Amino acid sequence: MTASAPPLTRSASNLNSYVARNAKALAGLGVVVVALIVAYRWDGTQTTAVMARTVREAAPLILAALCGLVGERSGIINIGIEGQLLLSAFCGFMVGSYSGSIILAVVAALAVAGLAGTFLAWTSIRLRMDQIIAGTVINIFAIGATSFFYVPNRTMATIPTVSLGFLSDVPLVGPMLFDHGPLTYAALVAVAVVHVALFETRWGLRTRAVGEHPSAADTVGVDIFRLRYLNLTLAGMLAGLGGMALIQSAGVFNRGMSNGKGFIALAVMLIGRYRPTGVLAAALLFGFFNALQAQLQFKQVFDIPPQFFGMIPFVLTIAVLAIAGISVRPPAAVGKHYEKE
Amino acid sequence: MTVPNWRMVVMPLLAVAFGLIVGAVLIVVSGDNPLVAYRAMLEGSLGGSDAIGRTLEKATPLVLGGLAVAFAFKAGLFNIGGQGQLLLGAAFSAWVGFNFDLPAVIHIPAALIVGGLAAAILGGLAGLLKATRGVHEVISTIMLNFVAANFTEWMVSRDGPWKDPEGGAIARTPLVQDSADLPRIAGLPTGFLVAVLAAVSIWWLVNRSTLGFEVKTVGSNPKAAAYAGISVTRIIVITMGISAFLAGLGGAIQTLGVNGRFEPGFQTGLGFDGITIALLARTNALAVIPAALLIGAMDAGSTLMQARTNVEPEVINVIQAMILFFVAAPSVVRWILQLSEAEDVDTGVDLATGWGTT
Repeated sequence: MTASAPPLTRSASNLNSYVARNAKALAGLGVVVVALIVAYRWDGTQTTAVMARTVREAAPLILAALCGLVGERSGIINIGIEGQLLLSAFCGFMVGSYSGSIILAVVAALAVAGLAGTFLAWTSIRLRMDQIIAGTVINIFAIGATSFFYVPNRTMATIPTVSLGFLSDVPLVGPMLFDHGPLTYAALVAVAVVHVALFETRWGLRTRAVGEHPSAADTVGVDIFRLRYLNLTLAGMLAGLGGMALIQSAGVFNRGMSNGKGFIALAVMLIGRYRPTGVLAAALLFGFFNALQAQLQFKQVFDIPPQFFGMIPFVLTIAVLAIAGISVRPPAAVGKHYEKE
Repeated sequence: MTVPNWRMVVMPLLAVAFGLIVGAVLIVVSGDNPLVAYRAMLEGSLGGSDAIGRTLEKATPLVLGGLAVAFAFKAGLFNIGGQGQLLLGAAFSAWVGFNFDLPAVIHIPAALIVGGLAAAILGGLAGLLKATRGVHEVISTIMLNFVAANFTEWMVSRDGPWKDPEGGAIARTPLVQDSADLPRIAGLPTGFLVAVLAAVSIWWLVNRSTLGFEVKTVGSNPKAAAYAGISVTRIIVITMGISAFLAGLGGAIQTLGVNGRFEPGFQTGLGFDGITIALLARTNALAVIPAALLIGAMDAGSTLMQARTNVEPEVINVIQAMILFFVAAPSVVRWILQLSEAEDVDTGVDLATGWGTT
């Protein structure tokens, strides 16, 4: 590209290269859109119900998977997401329940999950603890602490859904994207924010460098340890939002209510190949399978035992992976302790 | 290494002590006396032969669950499907237990082995998916946990083939025949002896056999292993199969020795506990036994503790988390006790780098 090229051609060529780079993803998106239109024409009510639920179910997974993604991109494995979800759901619920303030509840959830992230960074950097062990410590601690301090029969105010004006009235797309609880929107916004931050900003470049090649980053003056502390704390806050997303519609906390979602989020992160857009797609896919099985079961379309419906999301996820044969390459420095020269 | 031997023993004990101190703080916060609570826990786990029997019973699936995770780690695989594998093992051993009429010498081993094999198929499937299709074992074993939970629940549900006809609305299998009942040998639960035998076998397998050597080679460097003529696919499938067999055996022993039948969703924490124990034992098969005994004793004692003091039994999870933390962070223990820096104990565990090797 020469400097004298007119702006119009330039943007057109940018668009071309964008299309070329993302051909598969765009083709997939096209198929999904066509399928949605066909399904909507076939049965509008059902399709709308399933798709709205898809997005709702995906939200906590998106946030939790982004938490894992930011951690691993910075070079630290986080298998404590399950614990972070549980701790933040619990603390958010307790604070919300006693104070009556949803804002305070969210602050508490962010604080506790962020702190767990800081803990993970600290154990890795200062104590040189194995990161799998550190994550497991968070998980077990979360199960114990949230059950120990559990108070039965409490409720908190449910977080109301926010309809985005006329947008929410658009058929299919409205209920799907513009008629949700605030934390569902937060999940969708987080995908865009993390994507842009990771690939378009100085922070993102440094983060990726620290995850791939820390000694190179160190050489050019990036404070690796400070960045890891910061990123793991911020990532924890994403999981904190995920924990709030778990309790936003029901307004209750149950023991062990994260129910493996933190681990499913790890799967979502791997399927999404450590990319925010990939995470979005994988979480939506999983959410869709879940929504579909719930709707089929609810409507009793087929005379099949509910347990078989319950298996659908998990079997399909494995099948999709086995057929697509996706292999994942994690950031190169993940899990390794960095020795400062 | 110039690590004095006494530290290898003393550091874990200090970790347990510090874990108990953190637990004591929680107990005080909730308005109870930690000394009374811990005394009850000790009595409930070690005070008399009944209590000791309970501890051994609790420790049995923990030994096997810990072995399952520890063995898979040797090949660089992270099996977090212990829960699903345990459920399959439990359900299938119950089926052999109630459905067949055999002499005990055949019935018991048959039920245990069928339970273990059912789980091994599930684990082997995860291994096969990994080796041939590149599906990460963390993903597949998590997903298969949910599949196994749903499947076993259906088998004993209203329309399921293994439903107890006398159970009414309760989803469960019939009781296993007397001939499939695991007896006690000299007051010890047979299941625990089986678990110890499994631990010794796995230790031998890992450290003394060709297969073990191949497993460890694949774990440390799959490319080098392939170059040396080891079939990485075969090793991954076998490792996941053996790992799952162990978890399934844990479920089978729990069914035949303790519960007497299969009910859905029991032992829901085993997947986590297996990871904890494998890590506490630093993936050494023999060290899994004391680690499981420790957690099992806490489990067994927590009931009496709750009865005497109203302390929620889940406090033991917090204590376990702290023990794991202190075991993995000897520098914190040294700092608290102001011990000398020079002689550091290498934890000898490097699990995190095993993550994501495909």
